[in-house]
Amino acid sequence: MTQTTRRLLLTGVGMLALALAAAPASAQKKYDEGATDTEIKIGNTNPYSGNASAYGTIGKTIDAYFKMVNEQGGINGRKVNFISYDDGYAPPKTVEMVRKLVEEDKVLFVFQTLGTPPNTAIHKYMNAKKVPHLFVATGASKWGNPKEFPWTMGFQPDYVTEAVIYAKHILANVKDPKIGVLMQNDDYGKDYFNGFKQGLGKDADKLIVQLSTYEVTDPTVDSQMIQLKNSGANVFFNITTPKFAAQAIRKAAEIGWKPAHYLNNVSASIGTVMKPAGFENGQGSITAYYIKDPTDPQFANDKDMAEWKAFMGKYYPTGNLQDSSNAYGYAVSSLLHVVLKQCGDNLTRENVMKQAASIKGVQLPMVLDGIKANTSATDFYPLQSVRLARFKGEKWELFGEIISNEAASQ
Amino acid sequence: MATTTTANGVAAETPRRAFVRAWWIWAALAILALLPFIGGKTGLISNYGFLQLSLMIVYAIAVLGLILLTGFNGQISLGHGAFFAVGAYTAAVLIDQANWPYWATLPVAAIMCFIVGYVFGLPALRLDGHYLALATFALAVAVPQFLKYRHFEWFTNGVQGINIFKPDPPFGLPVSSDQWMYLIVLATAAVMFWLAHNLLDSRTGRAMMAIRDHSMAASTMGINVAHYKTVVFGISALYTGVAGALHAIIFEFVAPDSFRFELSIAILVGAVVGGIASLPGAVIGGVFVQVIEKYADALTKKISAAVHLPLDLEPWTIYGIALILLMYIMPMGIAGGAAQLWRRIRGS
Repeated sequence: MTQTTRRLLLTGVGMLALALAAAPASAQKKYDEGATDTEIKIGNTNPYSGNASAYGTIGKTIDAYFKMVNEQGGINGRKVNFISYDDGYAPPKTVEMVRKLVEEDKVLFVFQTLGTPPNTAIHKYMNAKKVPHLFVATGASKWGNPKEFPWTMGFQPDYVTEAVIYAKHILANVKDPKIGVLMQNDDYGKDYFNGFKQGLGKDADKLIVQLSTYEVTDPTVDSQMIQLKNSGANVFFNITTPKFAAQAIRKAAEIGWKPAHYLNNVSASIGTVMKPAGFENGQGSITAYYIKDPTDPQFANDKDMAEWKAFMGKYYPTGNLQDSSNAYGYAVSSLLHVVLKQCGDNLTRENVMKQAASIKGVQLPMVLDGIKANTSATDFYPLQSVRLARFKGEKWELFGEIISNEAASQ
Repeated sequence: MATTTTANGVAAETPRRAFVRAWWIWAALAILALLPFIGGKTGLISNYGFLQLSLMIVYAIAVLGLILLTGFNGQISLGHGAFFAVGAYTAAVLIDQANWPYWATLPVAAIMCFIVGYVFGLPALRLDGHYLALATFALAVAVPQFLKYRHFEWFTNGVQGINIFKPDPPFGLPVSSDQWMYLIVLATAAVMFWLAHNLLDSRTGRAMMAIRDHSMAASTMGINVAHYKTVVFGISALYTGVAGALHAIIFEFVAPDSFRFELSIAILVGAVVGGIASLPGAVIGGVFVQVIEKYADALTKKISAAVHLPLDLEPWTIYGIALILLMYIMPMGIAGGAAQLWRRIRGS
């Protein structure tokens, strides 16, 4: 009796195992590490602490976005597991955390790691491991290089493009420009600076009368600002991250320096830069925009804005509704959402990369109307257009047309 | 006071007891060396896990460097992170710029750090106690800035740091490169600890301790205090520099921000927590540096979430509490505390 039962059981278990083994094959599902029938694991690092912690809110927005997606049933029936670690914007910490994500948490891919120095530190590692390194939160021009780094892709309009646009605007609008530049001394700063020189043309070295740099670990940029003022510059190109941008604008006002001010988009946030700098100190500043600024009254009745505000209210109630970083996080999350939907049931790393490189004319929410995401096997820059904006009162006012720079896609 | 007894304990050990203790060490080493073959194959320890283990051993070597200086020679340094950085950059630059094999960079890093330590020691050692601590602290603060200096950028790569690649295991050994580097680090550590043990057990070691206990008495006995102090400073820097070089190789990345002055403090805290005048204390200190540094943050978050604390705990809260408790309960460090406990159990 017991003999038969055992044999029966064994056969039963054996058949069950066979059935289980056969099931995925019949449904044509393909997975790499980090993806299953029920889950997609995504890794991320963000500066939740330290000098660049103003950006940490992007990670929180992404987390909230996928909470919303999961509540609405996930992506193709799979829940998103978004794992985000604090790297404090310190490259060594990023290296360690990303290794943990890939080797211990076994994520399918890494998404929106923030900052040029942190991403530079893991660039080679991601490509050696062949793990997608998607839509990084930096505009350095090097993220769109599919030939050498086929596993890394950027997101926002790159810094070179943006700087060329400023340079052309200066040449067309400022009489007898003498330019002072404040630059963060790393790849991010140098990228902007090189683009800027390229845009100014052959007289660049004559036009730029002073280049002052700072390190991301410096406490202030006060002495650099005094240096810039003393150089007699009448144009100020401000290549800084939010904390330093706010310091620079405030200091310029304090020492009575009133140049034509061009602020890189990286620090265009009203909540984290313009407000702490003092609105009266930032009047007339010019920047480039591709994200709909939540404080801009022209979007007051915008459909995207209403949806985004509803999302923020429900899933990220502590988030600042003035901070355009939260709009940015929403836009980049929805791009990833599109890519993962396109992947269907083929969640291999290769297919994730392939789908990320096949985005055709997608209008993302919270991105300015008309600026569409496009990628291909040779174009790893999803967004490539901007509009200029001028600071007036307590907000940025867009002016002029959408400007693209084809130079960036070389 | 407390340190003296421990040190005397080491010196007064009979050969038989030393052998018994050595037996335990050999067994522990064998188990550690077999880990990649057991843990790696069964998937018990991930590659990331091996990286963590390697880092613990690396920090143990660094802490050992400081223990030789502070615990056995009585000189305080708040700047050992600087020597760690010099070792790390020596290895990284040689691998990155000159394509050297990783193993060849270790002796160079060692010599380099000995020289830097010795040269720095020459003037600094005219300073006593607290003044020396301050001078070394200044060094720790200055080194990251040097590494970022614009005119050194062609070889330090500035704030961006240097990416290097971990070597593959040779001879087709059935281990991953993380496991292979773990074995290298383990072997290096074993040699370094053995050398330190022999050094302390020699005339030189006794001279070092004599200087620590009473430098005037030591000089009356004919010990050249200044010479010994400078050489010990160099040796101490050498140990920490080798740790730095190993760190660069296993971590595959160096940047000035890896070597902020917090690293110097972490090494000092590791030495004090482990046991300032004890070789096993260095191992405990190394584990402490790696574990607490990396997990205090996560632990703080978990605890505050678990008990629904009404206030936001800062990430370093647990670290602080752990330190205060340890200093009260085991003022001689974990190694000293354990030894005391053991003596009490045996009733002697």
